[in-house]
Amino acid sequence: MTDWSGYIGLILEGALVTLELTVLGSLLALVMAFVAGLGRVSRFLAVRALATAYIEFFRGTSIFVQLFWVYFVLPFAGVTLSPLQAGVLALGLNVGAYGAEVVRGAVKAIGREQREACIALNLSRYQSMRHVILPQALPLMLPTFCNNAIELLKGTAVVSLISLTDMTFQAQVVRAQTGSTLVPFATILVLYFLMALAISNGMRWLERRVTRGLDGVRT
Amino acid sequence: MEWDWNFVWEIMPTLIEGLKITILATVFGAALAAVIGLVFAILRMTAPKPVAKATAFVVEFIRGTPLLVQLYFIFFVLPDIGIRLPAMLAGIIGLGLHYGTYAAEVYRAGIENVPRGQWEAAKATNLTGRQTWIHVILPQAIPPMIPALANYLIAMFKETPLLSAITVLELMNQAKSVANSSYRYIEPMTLVGIFFLIMSLISVVFLRWLEERYAQVEER
Repeated sequence: MTDWSGYIGLILEGALVTLELTVLGSLLALVMAFVAGLGRVSRFLAVRALATAYIEFFRGTSIFVQLFWVYFVLPFAGVTLSPLQAGVLALGLNVGAYGAEVVRGAVKAIGREQREACIALNLSRYQSMRHVILPQALPLMLPTFCNNAIELLKGTAVVSLISLTDMTFQAQVVRAQTGSTLVPFATILVLYFLMALAISNGMRWLERRVTRGLDGVRT
Repeated sequence: MEWDWNFVWEIMPTLIEGLKITILATVFGAALAAVIGLVFAILRMTAPKPVAKATAFVVEFIRGTPLLVQLYFIFFVLPDIGIRLPAMLAGIIGLGLHYGTYAAEVYRAGIENVPRGQWEAAKATNLTGRQTWIHVILPQAIPPMIPALANYLIAMFKETPLLSAITVLELMNQAKSVANSSYRYIEPMTLVGIFFLIMSLISVVFLRWLEERYAQVEER
């Protein structure tokens, strides 16, 4: 009988790396989503074109290819990243591109009368975005952001292929050392699922918070 | 390291070979996902409560865990209980199962979006269950689903590189083996990226067309 406690410890260490990647990746993705999403509704053609190119490029190629590209090709351009940095960069940019479309969709979904009211009140573009459009658009974005965060969590499994010691990588190590396949893989499946549950519950809580006070305002 | 066109032409046949496998896996995976999705959707909507609940949980579980780990599970764990699958088949089953859960949600939403009045009218005109589905419900439910389903098809296509992790010799794996034997990463990796970009740009155009053709126009 194998002593599992050590191996479970190994997998939990990997779980920490997975969590770290998810959190850092989500932060980068959130920033990119707002930068590129608002860039797409900019009044300047150049900004719109740049944002569109970014979004189409990162949505068009798979996360796997992007990760390998960041990790194996960028060093030739003189940029050497650690696996963790490469993982966060690729995940953040990839999911950020999906998030950008969500931001754009939500901002566009705010009715014309709101914009017209802003103009009538002589708010600057920044003021109307900050105080009128975004507070209403945010609740619309959250459910999809929740899905995106779970996609990002699932994407972190891919970084094990560039030798980052995340949960999936550790499960492979345990498999190689013990020859048992069921225990490590079943364990990480359950752990991934619990993390996904935690994300969706957290998001639901956040959703309740940001919609507080908006009841009856939106139809 | 410089970009080398000769090397590009040299590795092109190998990559095309891989691209074929990628497309093959996508097509079979999509077909399987369409069927599995239908099964899940029907179980969730019409089966007795415990079965429906269990199906809902399975769907949630599959959606909440990474495809890569599921592939490992199918490829490494199943042989222990006597089910030995070739890598390609394991990959197709993994893709089909994972995206089947997404397809199930699309089906469910599409069918539930058909107004109740349609069901009642079908009953009022004395149509049988079969007739109701074939002549009333499905013709209204399917067109709005098509863009969403196509969207997942593209997503699945982009996930096929994961199959390289379970030794399927698809595009990514061919590129990796070329890169490892020649120590040149720039060309193979960039080419794979370009291949995927071209394929998805084409499919985005196709998707826009589908959306225009089928999606309901909602005026705010």
